[in-house]
Amino acid sequence: MSTLLEVQGISVSFDGFRAINNLSFAIGAREMRAVIGPNGAGKTTFMDIVTGKTRPDAGTVRWGELGVSLLSMSEAEIAQAGIGRKFQRPTVFEDQSVWDNLRLSLKKPRGPIAALFDRVSDADRARIAEIAAEIGLSDALDRMAGILSHGQKQWLEIGMLLVQDPRLLLVDEPAAGMTSDERAHTTALLKRLAEHHAVVVVEHDMDFVRRLGCRVTVLHEGSVLAEGSLDHVMADQRVIDVYLGR
Amino acid sequence: MIRVFLAALLALCLATAPAPRATAQDAAMGPLQALVQSRADLVADASRRSVGEVLEILIASELPGVPGFLARWQARELYQRQSDGLFVYVQDADATPLTLIDIDTGAVIGTATSREVAQLRPNRGVQTVIGSALVAFQLAAEDPADRLAALAAIDSAPEDIHLALVQDLIAVETDADVLALAEVLLPRLVIAFDRDDADRIAAIESLAGNVSLSARATLNPLLATTTGVATALPEGENIARVLNPGTDIDRDAAYAMLVAQGLAPPLVSRAEQRDILAANVIEGRVAGLPVAQLGTDDARDTAYAALVAQGLAAPAPTAAQIDESLAAHVFFETYREASQAVTDAASATLGGIDTRVAWFRALDLSLDGLSLASIYFLAAIGLAITFGVMGVINMAHGEFIMIGAYTGYVVQTLVPDYTLSIAIAIPLAFAVTFAGGVAMERLVIRWLYHRPLETLLATFGMSIALQQIVRQIFGTQARPLTPPDWLAGSVAINDVVSISSIRIAIFLLGVVFFVALWLTLNRTRLGLEVRAVTQNPKMAASMGINPDRINMLTFGLGSGIAGIAGVAIGLFAQVVPDLGANYIVQSFMTVVVGGVGNIFGTLIGAGMIGGLQKFIEWLNPTNTLAAQTYMILFVILFIQVRPRGIIALRGRAAGD
Amino acid sequence: MSGTIFTRNRSVSIFITVLTLLAIAVTALSEGYGTGALSVSFTKVLGMTLCLCLAALAMDLVWGYCGILSLGHFAFFGLGGYMIGMWLMTARTEQVVRANLSEAVIPPTEGEITAATASQIFSVVGATDWPWMWAASDSLILSLVLVVAVPGLLALVFGWLAFRSRVTGVYLSILTQAMTLALSLYLFQNDTGLRGNNGLSGLQNIPGLETVGQDRISIWFFWGSALALGLAYIGAAWMVSGKFGNIIRGIRDDEQRVRFLGYRVEIYKLFVFTFTGCLCGIAGALYYPQAGIINPDEIAPIASIYLAVWVAIGGRGRLYGAVIGAAAVSLLSTYFTGGRAPNLDLGLFTIDWVDWWPVLLGLGFVLVTLFAPKGLGGLVDLIIRKDRA
Repeated sequence: MSTLLEVQGISVSFDGFRAINNLSFAIGAREMRAVIGPNGAGKTTFMDIVTGKTRPDAGTVRWGELGVSLLSMSEAEIAQAGIGRKFQRPTVFEDQSVWDNLRLSLKKPRGPIAALFDRVSDADRARIAEIAAEIGLSDALDRMAGILSHGQKQWLEIGMLLVQDPRLLLVDEPAAGMTSDERAHTTALLKRLAEHHAVVVVEHDMDFVRRLGCRVTVLHEGSVLAEGSLDHVMADQRVIDVYLGR
Repeated sequence: MIRVFLAALLALCLATAPAPRATAQDAAMGPLQALVQSRADLVADASRRSVGEVLEILIASELPGVPGFLARWQARELYQRQSDGLFVYVQDADATPLTLIDIDTGAVIGTATSREVAQLRPNRGVQTVIGSALVAFQLAAEDPADRLAALAAIDSAPEDIHLALVQDLIAVETDADVLALAEVLLPRLVIAFDRDDADRIAAIESLAGNVSLSARATLNPLLATTTGVATALPEGENIARVLNPGTDIDRDAAYAMLVAQGLAPPLVSRAEQRDILAANVIEGRVAGLPVAQLGTDDARDTAYAALVAQGLAAPAPTAAQIDESLAAHVFFETYREASQAVTDAASATLGGIDTRVAWFRALDLSLDGLSLASIYFLAAIGLAITFGVMGVINMAHGEFIMIGAYTGYVVQTLVPDYTLSIAIAIPLAFAVTFAGGVAMERLVIRWLYHRPLETLLATFGMSIALQQIVRQIFGTQARPLTPPDWLAGSVAINDVVSISSIRIAIFLLGVVFFVALWLTLNRTRLGLEVRAVTQNPKMAASMGINPDRINMLTFGLGSGIAGIAGVAIGLFAQVVPDLGANYIVQSFMTVVVGGVGNIFGTLIGAGMIGGLQKFIEWLNPTNTLAAQTYMILFVILFIQVRPRGIIALRGRAAGD
Repeated sequence: MSGTIFTRNRSVSIFITVLTLLAIAVTALSEGYGTGALSVSFTKVLGMTLCLCLAALAMDLVWGYCGILSLGHFAFFGLGGYMIGMWLMTARTEQVVRANLSEAVIPPTEGEITAATASQIFSVVGATDWPWMWAASDSLILSLVLVVAVPGLLALVFGWLAFRSRVTGVYLSILTQAMTLALSLYLFQNDTGLRGNNGLSGLQNIPGLETVGQDRISIWFFWGSALALGLAYIGAAWMVSGKFGNIIRGIRDDEQRVRFLGYRVEIYKLFVFTFTGCLCGIAGALYYPQAGIINPDEIAPIASIYLAVWVAIGGRGRLYGAVIGAAAVSLLSTYFTGGRAPNLDLGLFTIDWVDWWPVLLGLGFVLVTLFAPKGLGGLVDLIIRKDRA
């Protein structure tokens, strides 16, 4: 299995606090991975580093078959390279319709001139319809994103990542605040996605992680504590200590 | 000693003046009048040459009225009655009729119209000679104050003869003040009037490191130069430097010197050429060329050349001729002072003084910058606190400063004692603006917390309204806010470094505020809560801190500090309705440079903005507008390096 | 989702219709071509108002749509005015100088005319030479290019510096205000070459149109202003109706999200900032020949804040809102501060509008922000929704 993203020995500190400490992490091209860990373990900071929002003090982040360094790229360039990110809090453009949200996320030239002269082609229309069906929002295309339910917003955000055609999806707590029906729906959606994309899911909820049935990486105090199947890591004494306290 | 000098002066006068004539004395005249009458023609029609004779007689008489007489004579307050030639004083020169006063007794002796008496008008030279004699009298006076006055008179118009006078004075003087002034004065007199170059050089060197204005004023004239031109460098002159046309001296100016000295033919300017052409128009033609064609420089040159050929105009030198003339002459600067040893010593000493002056200037500039920085700190700290805690930029902050200043003015109209009124005004201004700030927070800002840009505009609306209301109440003219006397002066370290007391007071006020705020934020419960809300409002709220209350108090506090800053600013600036608007942009810059949420940031920001502004003003002292322009450009570029200011919150708490 | 901009955005057809009707009405009532019911000076006020509307439209694009509260757009407006003003003043003065010198015995050379023109223009600031920035002032074409290029370039450089370092929100507003202040202080200096606080004057005299009266010229400028506003409105509506509009509104609402979608937010902001800067330059170049004089006071930061206030009162994020706000507030300001409004006698106290209008405007603005965040345009929305219901 070829490695899609490889993070080597990154560290970052904020005013003396080490949020990430010599962390290494790798994920293959069609793999689903859950990242768990207690609060302050560095999960969100890890995502910030991969997506270019935060620059690490040390370490390397390599991407794709060519092993391009992501550290010198801007957020936009990283996104264009094929890494999509879903935030913890659903962030969609609430003042715009679902259709508009999806349209501006479509994988197309990103420059302002191209955007000015952009016309919606039949292929675009078909792609939007396809993704809308995937995320279960086919009937809501004309609605303003702001009036969607919490779960629908989460799905819309995932849909916005999907129309970009990314190779790696970073999904931060997708199930937070969802009803159990919505969780089931989300689980199925993520599993389907993992068939064609690499997916990293950051999650607190063990049940949800268990249902995803993928490898798990446990973070603690900014570094990897354990890695393997959920059962394997849950059996690890250190993980138990971290989660249950001593 | 003085007596000895007077005797010498006398002898000098005797040598130059003709022998005294015997005159009949009227028994009714006082002794002074009699004496003066004996030389009446020389008094009435004094010349620099002849006045010595009169002075000598007067001084020799040792009459008590002589110094007063000389003073009045010198001041053109002596009159002569036309009818009998009697010399009199006049009580009031503008009154009609004039009241005449006897020069001996000081008694009124009658009146006269201005036609009946003639005012004696000794010329400048005579006045100077009389003045010198007077100085000699004054230096011999009993009262040290008179001697000081005499030295001051010498200081303002030094003369040749003063040198010996002052040297003699120093030998016998006992009063410390008089001696000190005399010793300051002496080198100056030596340098100006001593005939021995060695003495002069010693005097020059005694001034080394003396940064006072008078020392510099003494040395500078020694290095005064005149520019000259000749075919070869003149021998025996004290040449300062040779000027190379084109580099040291403008070529046009150099050529103009040649023309002025008759060493080269004058240039013909375009305007002169045109006038000469116009003067030679004959039947619509100049030298055969139709006037209508003379609209280009080339055509005019051709026509002018034709005029020259006809002998109707002087030939203008060609560029080659100009080069030749310039090359054939040497341009130079000569010192007015003939002795090279003296000028060398002067320029070496002055160079040393200039270096010291430059250091003191730098010190003075730093003090200025520091005082400006403390003003900006006071003006900006309230803004920084509210911005840090609430994320709100208060555009009306400047108006709170202005209201503070007007509070001070109103208090002064009610309490006439300036010290007391300032003592009342400071807490009162705080109270007024604190209340205003709380009211504004409750009424306006509270509703706009999630719309920071709209807060900016809403507070701007408040700013216009407040400014205009104050303008309606107090009018547009500046209102006085007078500092108490003990703050009115300035502390001068020397002639270069001085700082007004009020700025020192503001600096101290800034220090007090900094310490007080630091203690409040770091040592009190309120400060802890404020810092908590600054860093993470949601978390703070969940910890049981009421952010609403904190916001209100913070806004009040920020406004209150602005009010106090207003009193301080009002003490040296004019209290006008747009007082605050003049400080608001600098305050913003301070916050932007310093970063929010930390008073150290504001301190450093204020220091940078204040220091930088003074520094740029120093680079270009004529133009304070330019200083502000460049300072703003600097801030814009600074943001490139530190987008969140010098001291910025980092990490996730900073948000994005 | 398709069709022309006129069918996609209903407000465009309505706006163009209203603007056309206004132009016809003003022409018919003008002194130049109609009954003369509208004085020349009032025609000019109307034309100038249209220019202010154009600036407000630009402000709405940059603030209402893209979320950048620029307190510097009136500086671009003023710069546009200065650029055209230099040409107007040079050309006009040169004519006067030529007329004076035509009596001379020897016909003047071009050099003499240029020198005499310079000394006439710059004698108020004690200079006689042409400053470098007047180099293009003898060419109308070049000056017209500069009307767009100079504000555009300033916006580009400033925007690049600001957006590159991710200065946003209130910080950015303060910085733009600082830029405006720096520019006005720069212009206030006598030795910077734009006649210091004297500014440029006599701009109402259009070279080449000496024989045409101000009554006609005022109408021509009114037409020109209306045309510019109309075209800008169509262009702006076209910009915001497509994907570009979606993106810049996205930047306004959640910059981070747009960035993680792969858009280079800085480039978009810079594009909008610069484009609107150019629009303001054009508006200024049309405004000041009608006003007749421009000086650095016009560029003071407060003018830019007023521009934002107009847009806020009119309603952000709606193009017609910006136009309504600018027209309403600037016309009311002209009315109340022009001394034409009758004093309001309250018995004990008489309200003199010249003095109290700023208070009313300031407080009114606070109230609009508090209670009608969508501005007057929000009212239009309410009416339209009632129609549909």
